[in-house]
Amino acid sequence: MIEIENLTKLYDGRAVVDDVTLTVPAGEIAAIVGTSGSGKTTLLRMINRLVEPSSGSIRIDGRDNRDVPAHELRRHIGYAIQGHGLFPHQDVARNIATVPRLLGWDKRMISERVDELLALFQLDPAEYRKRMPHELSGGQKQRVGVARALAAGPSVLLMDEPFGALDPIIRHKAQEDLLDIQRRLGTTIVLVTHDMDEAVRLGNRIAVMSEGRVRQYARPEEIIAAPADDFVLAMLGTGDRAFRLLSLRTVAEALEAGEAEGTPIVDTASLREAYAEMLWSRRAALPVSRAGALVGRVTRAACEKAATRQP
Amino acid sequence: MRIVLVLRLIVLALLVAFIIAPQGFAPLFAPLTRFDAPPIYTQTSILSLTLSHLGIVAVATLAATVIAVGFAILVTRPFGEEFLPLSRAVANIGQTFPPVAVLALAVPVLGFGTGPTLVALFLYGLLPIFENALTALTGLSPAVREAARGSGMTGWQRLVQVELPLAFPVILAGIRLSAVISLSTATIGSTVAARTLGEVIIAGLLSGNTAFVLQGGLVVGALAVLIHDGFVAFESLVTRRTGGAARDFETSVS
Amino acid sequence: MIAIRFLSPVQQRFDKLGVVIAALGLFALYAQPFLASRANRIVPGEPLMIWQAPGAGGWPMMAALTIAFGVLLFRTAPIVRLGTASAALLGLAIAVGLGASSVLSPGDSFARISPGSGFWLMGFALALAATDGLARLRLGPVARLGVLVAVIVAVVAILASGIWDDLAAMREYQSRSAAFWRELNTHLFLAFGAVGAAIVVGVPVGIVCYSLPKVRGAVLGVLNIVQTIPSIALFGLLIAPMAWIGANIPGASALGIAGIGVAPAFVALFAYSLLPMVSNTVVGLEGVPRDASEAARGMGMTGAQRMAEILLPLAFPVILTGIRIVLVQNIGLAVIAGLIGGGGLGIFVFQGIAQTAMPLVLLGAIPAVAMAFTAAIILDAGVELSRKGIA
Repeated sequence: MIEIENLTKLYDGRAVVDDVTLTVPAGEIAAIVGTSGSGKTTLLRMINRLVEPSSGSIRIDGRDNRDVPAHELRRHIGYAIQGHGLFPHQDVARNIATVPRLLGWDKRMISERVDELLALFQLDPAEYRKRMPHELSGGQKQRVGVARALAAGPSVLLMDEPFGALDPIIRHKAQEDLLDIQRRLGTTIVLVTHDMDEAVRLGNRIAVMSEGRVRQYARPEEIIAAPADDFVLAMLGTGDRAFRLLSLRTVAEALEAGEAEGTPIVDTASLREAYAEMLWSRRAALPVSRAGALVGRVTRAACEKAATRQP
Repeated sequence: MRIVLVLRLIVLALLVAFIIAPQGFAPLFAPLTRFDAPPIYTQTSILSLTLSHLGIVAVATLAATVIAVGFAILVTRPFGEEFLPLSRAVANIGQTFPPVAVLALAVPVLGFGTGPTLVALFLYGLLPIFENALTALTGLSPAVREAARGSGMTGWQRLVQVELPLAFPVILAGIRLSAVISLSTATIGSTVAARTLGEVIIAGLLSGNTAFVLQGGLVVGALAVLIHDGFVAFESLVTRRTGGAARDFETSVS
Repeated sequence: MIAIRFLSPVQQRFDKLGVVIAALGLFALYAQPFLASRANRIVPGEPLMIWQAPGAGGWPMMAALTIAFGVLLFRTAPIVRLGTASAALLGLAIAVGLGASSVLSPGDSFARISPGSGFWLMGFALALAATDGLARLRLGPVARLGVLVAVIVAVVAILASGIWDDLAAMREYQSRSAAFWRELNTHLFLAFGAVGAAIVVGVPVGIVCYSLPKVRGAVLGVLNIVQTIPSIALFGLLIAPMAWIGANIPGASALGIAGIGVAPAFVALFAYSLLPMVSNTVVGLEGVPRDASEAARGMGMTGAQRMAEILLPLAFPVILTGIRIVLVQNIGLAVIAGLIGGGGLGIFVFQGIAQTAMPLVLLGAIPAVAMAFTAAIILDAGVELSRKGIA
């Protein structure tokens, strides 16, 4: 759990982060969204003390983050940044092993951990251990960057625009992989992004920042349904709020008994995908499958109900 | 910034004063002499040596600029591109040639005096200018090149209106480098009897008179600093106008 | 309007550079003296054309050189150009030695035979052709080192064979071989020692300048000014303080510190070496990708760990470039030490200038130039290899 209290950072008397208070519960993903210059990266960097706050405090799992020297604190917090930040002169294995080495793990343990992480990120250890960063594709670099951040098994992971340098298709895949791994490891993640779609997709909670202040900190459904002010509304864009809401729900949540014509849709797909398919194939309902077996149907009416602003 | 400027002006004032009336500085240099040796070099007037020194450097640098830039333009045109790989190699390896060696090897061909010094300075001065001009002319952004071609400029128009103006700050940096090296190398020319400020230094070395060595060295050093700064100021003026970036941190000694 | 340029058959067949080289080479071969003969060290030389020196190979050698220049005239593969030029250079090197022996009357220890302008011009033209071939081959760093080794082996073999023994520069060497090796040693000590000292001092100073931007301006400013003092003046100015240190500081004279000798030269070379070392260290450290150094900090490296494991290794190619600049510069500058009694190959250069004995100048200058070339080629290859390890 990360508890941020009355956190302020002044540069030349100007507040870059202005009296921010928010709590990220253990095992959740908090996405901080904002335009450039909103203070979101500074807020993130104060958590692992790459930037020291002017006032206020941060507690991680109950302990003040100033209790230990900054470099020791950072070894227990994962950190992944845009453009991955891999060390270009070290191979993949050594890059991933950075924090375990700093923590003085023994060689065998480090080596096993490297293999374990590479496998977790779908990179064959035998093939990739000895590769240099410049021999990897953009998506692979990004995965190695996150693997490195997770190497010492931190309970907290900080990510600064981790998918910013990826093209849309690879980004989508990387986001899914991150969700998958986060579910498995239960890591608490704070993720900075300027992309509201990414925040909605990844965040259990979203903090919308502007001019150093948190305008709204809530679950994605609440933010979409009830934006706190015009800035949050502008970040969301009014044109596709309904579709954003749909994308938050899965077919399983709107499942009803009955039958329908045509190719089925899996129950893990989002309602947005289901609704799009109905429009495209001119159907009023789609059959739903789970693990290959038909389990019911999802209707247009159910989708439209889910897309309406909740009272 | 202001302090630096004031410092430069003081250096300039002292330099001019010393060159015109060196005897006025005699008390300053007297403690460096022994056995009542003269504190100020009087064999030849410092003024005429300075003018001769600057003249040799100016002529050599000017000639080197004309030839080096001309050659760089030639090898970057379609007509001369066959010479490009060799030119790069020669510019790179040629600068490893010690300036003293160039000077020493020019003597048998040209005899003693100002001639070999002039030629050695010219030859050695070619390389930094050529290298910078080549870097600048081949390093233009392809987008700019394409835009110039796309807007229908002829080869000559591209050269004069686009390539040379953009390359100018970098070429200027090469000329500065060349001039500063020449200024220093010219002193060595006095070992082969060229009329430069090296004469003062060498007279000091031969007679064990540190005052001579110091005054010769200081005059050349001050000239180098002022000329270097003058070029840098001019370069940053030009660079600001073209929005490009001249190279920093070139260093060389001779 | 669209204009398409067609190369005429003549343009296609001739290599433009080859035309220049062939013209220069053939002019040198047929119209310039191949050797210069003097009755003793001091008198002016008598020009000898290549056909006047029977040992130079006569008409067959002239025909071979003519053919070589002819081959270079045409468009051929770079490897052919390199091979032709190298073979011609080797032939030229042997011809000049044998030619000199052949015009020397046996037992005449006063006469001096030097290579003439024809030899030098042909050598220059062929060296250009060989360099052009090498440049067009675009060899990798390891292959370039291989070429360097081959050239060194060839030169050593010619020297060991005694073919050049009757050339004037070698005569100068024979009469002072002990002094030559001693001064060569001093020269190397001056050049490499000053570089070593500059690395030991300059890299840490560079690290400080990188970490403390306020210090940087002052340090680089002072070093820049040192750089503008002409070398002979700086060498000379250090004589007095070195003499004082040698006389007044206990133990200093035991280390060889004195006003006369290598100490002032060493200190001057060291002073000149500092600026490139410091500024290249700063530039190298600043060039480290920001995300890599940020990531190092974010993962909990201490300042020292970050410097040792990330920043310095990534800055290494630029620092090595600084070492290259300084080493090549020092090998050349160490020649000046000869003027102030600091020893080194400059002794022969300045003695030669004073006596107008060109061969003696060559005895000092050629090894210095060769060492500077060699150092440049080796370190350039090193820089390229070290960049490969990073990129």
